[in-house]
Amino acid sequence: MEFRTEGSVHRLGDDINTDHIISSSRKKETLDPHRLKEFLFEVSKPGFAAAVNEGDVVVAGANFGCGSAMEVAVTTLIASGIHVILARSFARTYYRNALNNGLIPLECDVSDTRDGDRIEVVVSGVDVRVTNLTRRTCIPTKALPPTARELLDVGGIVPLIRGRGALCPS
Amino acid sequence: MAGKTISEKILSAKSGTSTSSGDVVICEADRLLGTDAATPMAIDYFRQMGEPAVANPERVLVALDHYAPPTTTATKEFHDQVRGFGSTHGLCVCDVGDGISHQLAAERGWARPGDLIVGADSHTVTLGALGAFATGIGSSDLAAALACGQVWLRVPETVRVSLEGTLSLGVTAKDIGLALLAEVSGVESSGYVALEFGGGGVARLDMDERFVVSNLVVEMGAKAGIFLVDQTTERYLSDRSPHDWQAVEPDTDARYVRNILIDVDTLSPRVALPHDPTNVVEISEAQGQPIDTAFFGTCSGGRAGDFRRALNVLELSGGPAAGVRLIVTPASRIVHTELVADGTMDALRDLGAEITVPGCGPCCGTSAPIPGPGAMVVSTANRNYQGRMGDASASIYLASPETCAASAATGCITDPRTVLDA
Repeated sequence: MEFRTEGSVHRLGDDINTDHIISSSRKKETLDPHRLKEFLFEVSKPGFAAAVNEGDVVVAGANFGCGSAMEVAVTTLIASGIHVILARSFARTYYRNALNNGLIPLECDVSDTRDGDRIEVVVSGVDVRVTNLTRRTCIPTKALPPTARELLDVGGIVPLIRGRGALCPS
Repeated sequence: MAGKTISEKILSAKSGTSTSSGDVVICEADRLLGTDAATPMAIDYFRQMGEPAVANPERVLVALDHYAPPTTTATKEFHDQVRGFGSTHGLCVCDVGDGISHQLAAERGWARPGDLIVGADSHTVTLGALGAFATGIGSSDLAAALACGQVWLRVPETVRVSLEGTLSLGVTAKDIGLALLAEVSGVESSGYVALEFGGGGVARLDMDERFVVSNLVVEMGAKAGIFLVDQTTERYLSDRSPHDWQAVEPDTDARYVRNILIDVDTLSPRVALPHDPTNVVEISEAQGQPIDTAFFGTCSGGRAGDFRRALNVLELSGGPAAGVRLIVTPASRIVHTELVADGTMDALRDLGAEITVPGCGPCCGTSAPIPGPGAMVVSTANRNYQGRMGDASASIYLASPETCAASAATGCITDPRTVLDA
């Protein structure tokens, strides 16, 4: 895949659970990510919804997206303009949901990245380059595993199944 | 070549390859579970996939458990949507009040040793107690699995957990799970691992206690928590399922990334402090903390024995303290029926409990009672994230049914052994 974004960092800590991304009780009214996005991080990072711009990057610590596997925690972030998440590590269900929807989860060393820094992310084939433009540093990033690249290449699990009919064609 | 763990063996069988940890494999799922929280989105994805026929409709169970009962127009519409989809595609839809998806799968004998079960509910891991590889997925994965019967999985490394000894009075499976949470969650990259439970202490845990331990593994970031199969497993399944399954044992030279020993004999009650289930302390460190709400229920603490033991402690201590709210939510209709039959429900009602429809509701603020502003809650649930029960100003302490009951009786966090040993 070929992807590039440049945007501001929204910095979060470790163990950000999906209820913190979007509260499960909000799903009682709608599943429409464009309506839910105003409630993103309403408790853990108030003001996020108003501040986020298309192309911005969420940067988190370890175990991002732990807790419930609810997928609105991915689709609502995408609706807010986020297409990449940088984190030290991801909870497994969040990682899967991200790939399935075309949200790029990158595991990297985020220790020196601060709220408001400008970040550039470039994905070109197997190469991933993450640059902190504010600090003029290159952020070492793990390569995307083949399954992840395959899903992102086709644009997620919906086009994959629509195209092939199965994960593994028989 | 090194031997295989249970996870490696099950995922090898389901992918038709000889696979080891670190591999990514495409597996055929034996069971798919859905909920009213995740299935409406899965239906959307499924339609975008071209709405093919469901690959194996007889393997699918969808429970209307999160919005039981629905309290908004939108959630009522989710239910109608799921019922309609289920009827079109011939799926088993368990309606409002039937119970929690994975609890229903267990009760119906739908989870057996060696099975691969994926469910659009992170607590699907509960079914590992029966020797199955059971794990949570999201709505889009559920849609794909409905369409083709398959799921891709990374084969996890395994942590071997040996449980040794016997639980002493007032100490429970919940305390084993909480102690383990503290042990495992601090370890970097504990995510993606499977836990395999063995050791001499397992034989002394009944099936419901094993469900509690497996249930909690997802809070450690783990992918599955699988118990070795024994006579207790066989007995549980003999009433529910034809004996056409085979126990999967790990090879003696299977490779484990870590070995953990839990000395069950010396375990003390534990409490997870707000706002994270891994903030686990021994009860002595939480004792005296005032509480005003006690919640009994969920997939970690909502089975018949949990309520009976809680009631016993409440009765021994003279009932709840003035002003303490009791909320009671059985995990399923069957659990509720058992508790009605033996008088437990009547007794809880007489103590003033708010008894709600079986399901997930109060745990995640999706239906039924929510804590008031600033509420201090003790709960038998598995998650205490800020806002989890529907009010961000509430604080939630997670503990065993016994600890929750002893705390409800005094109005502050209380060691249940002070009641039971008296």
